[in-house]
Order: sequence, then C-alpha cells, then structure tokens
Amino acid sequence: MPVLVRIPTPLRTLTKGNAEIQAKGATIDSVVDDLERQFPGLKERLLDETGELRRFINIYVNQEDIRFLQAKKTTLKDGDEVSIVPAIAGG
Amino acid sequence: MEKLNGLRCRECGRHYPAAPVHVCEFCFGPLEVDYRYDALRGVVTRESIAAGPPSMWRYKDLLPIDGDIAVGHHVGFTPLIRARNLADELGCREVWVKNDSVCHPSWSFKDRVVAVAVTKALEFGFDTVACASTGNLANSVAAHAAEGRLKSYIFIPADLEQGKVIATLVYSPTLVAVHGTYDEVNRLCSEIADKYRWAFVNVNFRPYYSEGSKSYGFEIIEQLGWRTPAHIIVPCAGGSLITKIWKAIKELTLLGLIEGQRGTKMHAAQALGCGPIVTMIKNDTDVLVPVRPNTIAKSLAIGNPADGYYAYKVTKESGGSGEHATDEEIVEGMLLLARTEGIFTETAGGVTVAAAKKLIERGVIPRDESIVICITGNGLKTPDALQDRLDAHVKINPSLSAFDRALADLKSQTP
Repeated sequence: MPVLVRIPTPLRTLTKGNAEIQAKGATIDSVVDDLERQFPGLKERLLDETGELRRFINIYVNQEDIRFLQAKKTTLKDGDEVSIVPAIAGG
Repeated sequence: MEKLNGLRCRECGRHYPAAPVHVCEFCFGPLEVDYRYDALRGVVTRESIAAGPPSMWRYKDLLPIDGDIAVGHHVGFTPLIRARNLADELGCREVWVKNDSVCHPSWSFKDRVVAVAVTKALEFGFDTVACASTGNLANSVAAHAAEGRLKSYIFIPADLEQGKVIATLVYSPTLVAVHGTYDEVNRLCSEIADKYRWAFVNVNFRPYYSEGSKSYGFEIIEQLGWRTPAHIIVPCAGGSLITKIWKAIKELTLLGLIEGQRGTKMHAAQALGCGPIVTMIKNDTDVLVPVRPNTIAKSLAIGNPADGYYAYKVTKESGGSGEHATDEEIVEGMLLLARTEGIFTETAGGVTVAAAKKLIERGVIPRDESIVICITGNGLKTPDALQDRLDAHVKINPSLSAFDRALADLKSQTP
C-alpha cells in the first residue's frame, strides 16, 4: 500500500530534508516500520520506549486524527495521505 | 541583565538557542523559555514591579523580551474585583473576579500573549504574523499586527461568531475562514507554518507567546496584596493559561516575593460539549482523549488541546479539580455575573462562573476560602448566545401615558 507521508520540520534532518515521503504499509504501525527501514532512527522519534505514540505527536490519515479511527491499527489504502504533526497551542 | 538561557524542552530537558521554534527535535515535547532565575533574584522585587507601568509590562523582567516593547504598551493590569454580590449569591465569604473582558486593546486575555509574540516576531525580523484562532486570538493578532505595521494571516473556523469575525476584519488582516473545526484549522496551520516563513504566534512562536499568560497570574497575586488565593478557577481551551498562572505563582515563590504562603488549588473549567481536560481530571488519567466540539462556548472549543496533559497535571499537583458546564449552565453563568457584578463576559466566562458555582455547591471549594474566578473575554463579542434569553423589553409610543400603562402592566406581572 503506497501512501504519502508528510514529515514535519523537526524530523526532516532524518529524511534528508524531504517533506513528503512515499511509504508502504497496510496500517499506521507498518508504515512506521517502513519509515524506520528507509530512515533509521525515525521510529524512536515517533514512538516512546513502550512502543506508544509519543504524547505530543498527532498523526492524521486524510486529515482525520487517528485517535478518532483505530489509532495505530488504522488501516490504509493506496494513495492515502498520512500527516505527522506536532501538537500546537491555540485559542 | 542577561536573563534568558534560550529554550528548553519541557519533557526531555534538551537545550535550544533562542529561535522561532516550538518543538523538541528529539521527543516532540514543547519548548519553553529558560530563565536565569539566579540573575533575577533580588533584582525583581515587589518594589521594582510596583515602580513599573500600569500594564503587563511591569513584569517585563519575567517575560521573554530582550529589547524594547514593540506593540501593546497598554495591555493588562486589568481590574481584580471583589465580587461581593456574586459571593452573596454563591454563599461564599471571599470571591474575586479577574476581569480581562476589559483588556486593552481587543478585550480578551489574548492581548497578553500576542503583545509578547508580536514584539518577539519583530525582534526576530519577521514581516508577517499569523495564527489559528477560535476568535479572541484572531482579534488580538490582527490588532497588534496593525499597530506593528506587519502583514497578518488569520485562520479561523468558518462557523465563528459574526462579532469575532468583524472584530478581526476591522484591522485589515488577510482572514481565511476554513471549513472545519478549530482542531482542523490548527492542523492546517501547523503545515502552513512549516512551509511559509511567518511568525505563527501559536505555532513557532508558542514558547514566547504562552509566557504572556503569566502576567495574568502575576497580577492576581499583586492585586491581592502579594497574597495567594486558596482557589483559582480557570477556563481551559488549549490548556495553556492554567499552566501559566500556576507557573506565575511558582516563579513569584522562587523569587521570594510570596514566601511562606499556603498553596493555591487550581481548578479547570470547560464546556460539557468540549471538555477533554476536565474529563481527564474526573477520570484521573493523564491520557487525553480528543473530542469533536459541540458547545456554544466557541472560544473554548478545542477538542485536542496541546497543553491538556500539563493542565491536568497542574490541577493534580495543586490539589485542584475540574468541572464541566452545559450550554444552559453557561448562559446562566453569564447572566449571573452580569446580574450580580455588572460584568458582561463572553460564553467562556459563563463556563468559568458555572463551573465555580458547581464546585462550590459540590463542596469541592469550601465557602469560607478565598476564590478567584478568571474572566478572560468580553460578552459583546458573543451576543448571539443570549439572543433567545433576553427578548423581554417594553416597546411604547413616545407618550407619558403609554409609559404609565406599560409600567402598570409590568408591575402587575411581577410576583
């Protein structure tokens, strides 16, 4: 399942400056593994030591927060867009 | 006086130079301004603060500004009001209202954060400022950008109250109404901020911006005569204000300005239709579950609050609590504050008053302890919320006899 992954600025040092990456995976979990294969070190930036998504990272599939879907088990289809976005303040 | 050490990750402690960045590259934790408190101790005193201007800038030494203040010279130092009528109504001994509904220039506490962020944007040499907003921030960024002669891009949910749209457009920003919730606007802005070199006050300028909220806390303490109240009830949207009021108390303690005082319990107020932080508090969990907002309190309608985790921790650490308010209770809260104290607050203020009332009635806040209620926005911006409730008025022809009849009718209706 090729999907487009948008990489936020803080992670681009690992992706050679690329803001958009093609990755493969049927779920968010497997896309994270594929990102790690392509760019070693990326996984530990996204997941904490228990394997959970870090508290201040939000992941969206086609603009939808994965916590409203099946979190890391959310399934993906060809051409889906996955955005990795740091939590930001507001009001 | 060298007072700043750059930025520091709130989670993992990594240091970063002072720059327009907001996220730790390693753990994605939020970056915070790192002060050299040792250099400030003895320099910042009650006297030095009292000698400052009657604005938030009397606390400039505790704000992340290196040079001169560029915009918003008159922001802050709003009234702290002894609310005796409200206290009577609530059956309490000592109630205070910190009234930022009259904050200059755009009538909300957001002027505090924006004055810092826009001054900082000019320090860093930006010519464009931007924000994602539920309304009050939009008003304030547009106003301060006008004053600073900066270009501004303001992103709002398309269903925002008309009052807040007009109170933004008047300053001639580029206003972008996005079909979506605030959380969707915010996510979009995060991606825009990555692409365009703008000073997004709540994104890449968040470490500086959020510090401005401390001044609200400093003022409460100073205006109480350098005394800490037993309880502070704070409306929560993104969750930043409650953490920064708490930080303000801690800083004043650290600097020896309020030594040996009892602790203040911090209480979070949210709408039932968008209360993920209060839900964390009630369930006693540090895991935030985002929600899709459905409330008349649009200025608090953030379903995925960035500082939710820290807001929860502040209530926990301080021994405080949290309470939800229904839309009906929000309106009642607005009317209660208006009826008792003559203060017209927006829906967010209704949330805070309603939550305070419920916490008092539940016995969580004892009636004989000092209570500060945080009012952060102005009711004239959200009149729609009251439209259906306030239609009772008398229409007459311009004659004395018509008035006499109307008055007699009114008196006969009054029980």
